Amino acid sequence: MLYAIVFLPLLGALIAGFFGRLLGDRGAQVVTCGFMLVSMVLGWIAFQDVALAGNARTVELFTWLSSGDLQASWALKFDTLTAVMVIVVTTVSAMVHVYSIGYMSHDHSIPRFMAYLSFFTFAMLMLVTADNLIQMFFGWEGVGVASYLLIGFWFHKPTANAAAIKAFLVNRVGDFGFALGIFGTFLLFDTIHLDTIFQMVASKQNVSISFLGGEFHALTVLCLLLFIGAMGKSAQLGLHTWLPDAMEGPTPVSALIHAATMVTAGVFMVARLSPMMEYSETALAVITIVGAATAFFAATIGMTQTDIKRVIAYSTCSQLGYMFFALGVSAYSAAIFHLMTHAFFKALLFLGAGSVIHAMSDEQDMRKMGGIYRKIPFTYAMMWIGSLALAGVPFFAGFYSKDMILEAAYAAQSNLGYFAFWMGIAAALMTAFYSWRLLIVTFHGSPRASAEVMSHVHESPLVMTIPLLVLAVGAVFAGWLGYNTFVGDGMDAFWGSAILVLEGHNTVKAAHHVPTWVKLLPIFVGIAGIALAYWIYMLRPGTADKIVAAFRPVCSFFLNKWYFDELYDWLFVRPALRLGRIFWKTGDGDIIDGYGPDGVSAAARFLAGRAAVLQSGYVYHYAFAMLIGVVVILSWYLIFHGG
Amino acid sequence: MMTTTLPVMMPAMAEIFLAAAGMALLMYGVFTQRDGQSEGTAWGTIVAMLVAAGLVIIYGGPVAGEPAFYGQFATGHFTQFAKVLILVGAAVAVWMSVRYMRAESSNRFEFPVLVLFATIGMLVMVSANDLIALYMGIELQSLSLYVIASIRRDSLRATEAGLKYFVLGAVSSGMLLYACSLIYGFSGTTQFAGLATVLTGEATPLGLIVGLVFLISGLAFKISAVPFHMWTPDVYEGAPTPVTALFAVAPKIAAVCLILRTMMGPFGGLIADWQQVITLISIASMVLGAIAAIQQTNLKRLMAYSSIGHMGFALVGVAAGNQAGAQAVLIYMAIYLFMNVGTFAVILSMRKEGRYVENIADLAGLNKSHPLMALAMLIFMFSMAGIPPLAGFFSKWYVFFAAIEAGLFGLAVIGVLASVVGAFYYIRIIKVMYFDEAEAPLDSKISREMRIIMGFTAVVSLLFFILPAPVVDQAAAAAQTLFTN
Repeated sequence: MLYAIVFLPLLGALIAGFFGRLLGDRGAQVVTCGFMLVSMVLGWIAFQDVALAGNARTVELFTWLSSGDLQASWALKFDTLTAVMVIVVTTVSAMVHVYSIGYMSHDHSIPRFMAYLSFFTFAMLMLVTADNLIQMFFGWEGVGVASYLLIGFWFHKPTANAAAIKAFLVNRVGDFGFALGIFGTFLLFDTIHLDTIFQMVASKQNVSISFLGGEFHALTVLCLLLFIGAMGKSAQLGLHTWLPDAMEGPTPVSALIHAATMVTAGVFMVARLSPMMEYSETALAVITIVGAATAFFAATIGMTQTDIKRVIAYSTCSQLGYMFFALGVSAYSAAIFHLMTHAFFKALLFLGAGSVIHAMSDEQDMRKMGGIYRKIPFTYAMMWIGSLALAGVPFFAGFYSKDMILEAAYAAQSNLGYFAFWMGIAAALMTAFYSWRLLIVTFHGSPRASAEVMSHVHESPLVMTIPLLVLAVGAVFAGWLGYNTFVGDGMDAFWGSAILVLEGHNTVKAAHHVPTWVKLLPIFVGIAGIALAYWIYMLRPGTADKIVAAFRPVCSFFLNKWYFDELYDWLFVRPALRLGRIFWKTGDGDIIDGYGPDGVSAAARFLAGRAAVLQSGYVYHYAFAMLIGVVVILSWYLIFHGG
Repeated sequence: MMTTTLPVMMPAMAEIFLAAAGMALLMYGVFTQRDGQSEGTAWGTIVAMLVAAGLVIIYGGPVAGEPAFYGQFATGHFTQFAKVLILVGAAVAVWMSVRYMRAESSNRFEFPVLVLFATIGMLVMVSANDLIALYMGIELQSLSLYVIASIRRDSLRATEAGLKYFVLGAVSSGMLLYACSLIYGFSGTTQFAGLATVLTGEATPLGLIVGLVFLISGLAFKISAVPFHMWTPDVYEGAPTPVTALFAVAPKIAAVCLILRTMMGPFGGLIADWQQVITLISIASMVLGAIAAIQQTNLKRLMAYSSIGHMGFALVGVAAGNQAGAQAVLIYMAIYLFMNVGTFAVILSMRKEGRYVENIADLAGLNKSHPLMALAMLIFMFSMAGIPPLAGFFSKWYVFFAAIEAGLFGLAVIGVLASVVGAFYYIRIIKVMYFDEAEAPLDSKISREMRIIMGFTAVVSLLFFILPAPVVDQAAAAAQTLFTN
């Protein structure tokens, strides 16, 4: 069963990828969706067995590497953490697969798309089931490749190609840290097998390592390096720039990869390595700061964007920030809980946005929408549910998990915890605000699209709305159902040994005993944000422009994404291009080509011309050449060997 | 009073048979000649050559005691190997000529017979065990080839080519004779065995060195090594294509084997002296062969430079001066035979509206009109360029390996570089075949014998690496005989 969960998507990808032409569009869709749905059902059964019944286990497939101390097998490690990830991945993936049948129906290369989606799912499952760091890295890179392929799926769009390359390159920075972290781990522990490492961590907690010329606490260095990897994949502040651009990909891709699963890989990785992270206060502090800053920063940008998918993308970035500062305050279970609920409602929002885009004839700019809620009531309702969950309105999924994170941050009782808490509260206000801004601008007001587009506005087909419904069920009930098990009384039994929290770090337990105002504040700011959005965009249209005019510098600072792209462009891209140009023009072109291939071939051509001149056709020239030859050889001989 | 005993003749059975067959065929030709009907003599020649090859294998092996004809005529594994290659090359050349000669209505019965006599000369060259026998063999070969080169008397280009070849050949013969007389004068013997005992490398008289240089020059002319190569492009281009095919193969093999035998045998003691001369000639040939071919537009001219280059590579093995080198040269010549015959079969299949064409540009679009022929040519060209795993790669690999074994690193490096430059023009032909558009396609009909030859040689070139043992083992045995007596 466990094999089937992981390898059915691969099988689907191979069949759709290599025999797509044979199967046709319909065949490829049936194969990949069918396998994916089976995988999803099995995933839920496995969750029941592994997480709820407590049968954590590892299945070894076969040895992959065996070189001295470096031993790695292909293995499927199923514990509670993996099981949670597996249901998230398989469920969202299955929904996205089905949804794509409708969304991509006008595309020319459907089998390729389905194959990529299935391949992505396989790689993601490899990542979450890894029992050693190398297999995790394999999955990590696999999802990176799939993400690259899917962002650039419409390769005829230059922007899509640029976005795909950007995503790949920025991730490469993170992957570099991850790879260094793996090397360092092997150096320190002589193994990359996770369970073995975890057993040894306590004995290595005082070891220092020399890195970049200085002596550092070994575990801190390793954890920070690994966290850099997580930052890249999960688009944390500094390495987040690829995520908004990744919205160039088809919307189902955004929902699956850039909201629900791949971007949470970093969260998963830190949670998975919790036994290492726990021993480094510094690393945890860094994670907290980065996460809190990202949550705040991305929310500010989300308020100003006009592209419907980019708003949700920044929202994702912001929510990932929440998860990270939860990790930073050792509330791993809360982070994973939020990961799960977020996967449902964010996928729901993305697919809902996709449905809107589909209805609006591929228009993504919210300024050109408006007044369509009557025409697509179902989508409208779904977006409402998603937004309610995202804003943390009570009894929707986001309420449980987000509040838990904020309470845990407060319960950490440290300056960092309070910093994270207040950042999170600010972000929650903004989250609610931009969510309702999106809803109101998109669905209400007077139509701003052309009459022709408006006449085409239609509700999406069943194949797209049913996945929305399934995800909506998750967005409504996931928090309520999971609260007790994930972060409540049942958590110890539930998580087992999958995550480790040291004594004194147990913020999740402590979170249940925070002051009442801490529990109520998130709800209050959520509702305040919603009210604010209503006031500005619904009741007093025009206020928005006034505010923008009044705070022009701040607004344009947010609108331009804090000038991160410009900064990177100036700091890295341009110097790299300039350096590349020097190497290309001068180094390669003038020096290597000039004296190398070009020079040699020019010399060869020149000599060939001379040789042709020698071949004059006159017999006496030829005879002369022969005699000269003899004379030269003979004299050379006599001079050097005259002896 | 002199008592005359009949010389030992059995080892020379093949040559004797060929000579008799040649005269018989001449008679047959004279008496049955009807307007341009020479196919009878051609087929007779082919059969005679194949029979001779059989005789070589049966009788041409090593003999106990004194070699045939009072020591003038040596036989052994080496000569067997070389002679079989020569006979096969010559026979295939005649086979390829039949249809061409008919089409170009230069159908003279003398042509196959002349080839046959030239072949006898080559066989004698290979077996020569005495300077006089050597000279006799070379002259028999050369005189026949001069005539063959201008067999089309009504063609200006062919007669010009023949005349040039003759004049320059006469110069080289003169050098050779001078060399022989100098060597005889300073050593007192013409016998190879005698020379080998006299020339030990200690206190070699200067005159002998001069003789040696002249000898090498004379022989270098025959294999068209630089700077004695000037005749080659003109003759290759001017002569009828089957004649060029013959020139490119059989005499080259004979002359290279002759150089190998003389250098390793009688002059083996002077290796320190001739090694540098051969190295120099080898480098010059490789470099010129690679560079001068770049600008050629005529396929036959290109093949001339190609063969100059190949001879340079073969000389690398000679320069090595060891058993591995000799073996490498023999392997090289065997593979060279196959690649060249195949390439000429392609050239001989290039016709437009019934007329033979020979420019590189005429190959344009070959891939579309004759995919199999293009594929065969691709194999030959890649093989000649020395691309693994084709046969041509191994032939080069063996000679370079031998050179490195002998410590001639510079020579090996230059050889590799020259083969890189040379790869350019081979690959350009492939580019023309596969990527250029044809103005007018070549005629679609390709005769059966050409298809057989092309197919067989292409398969050999392609699959040599699977079963190299027959050639390599035979060459090893042949090379060994050079060093044991």
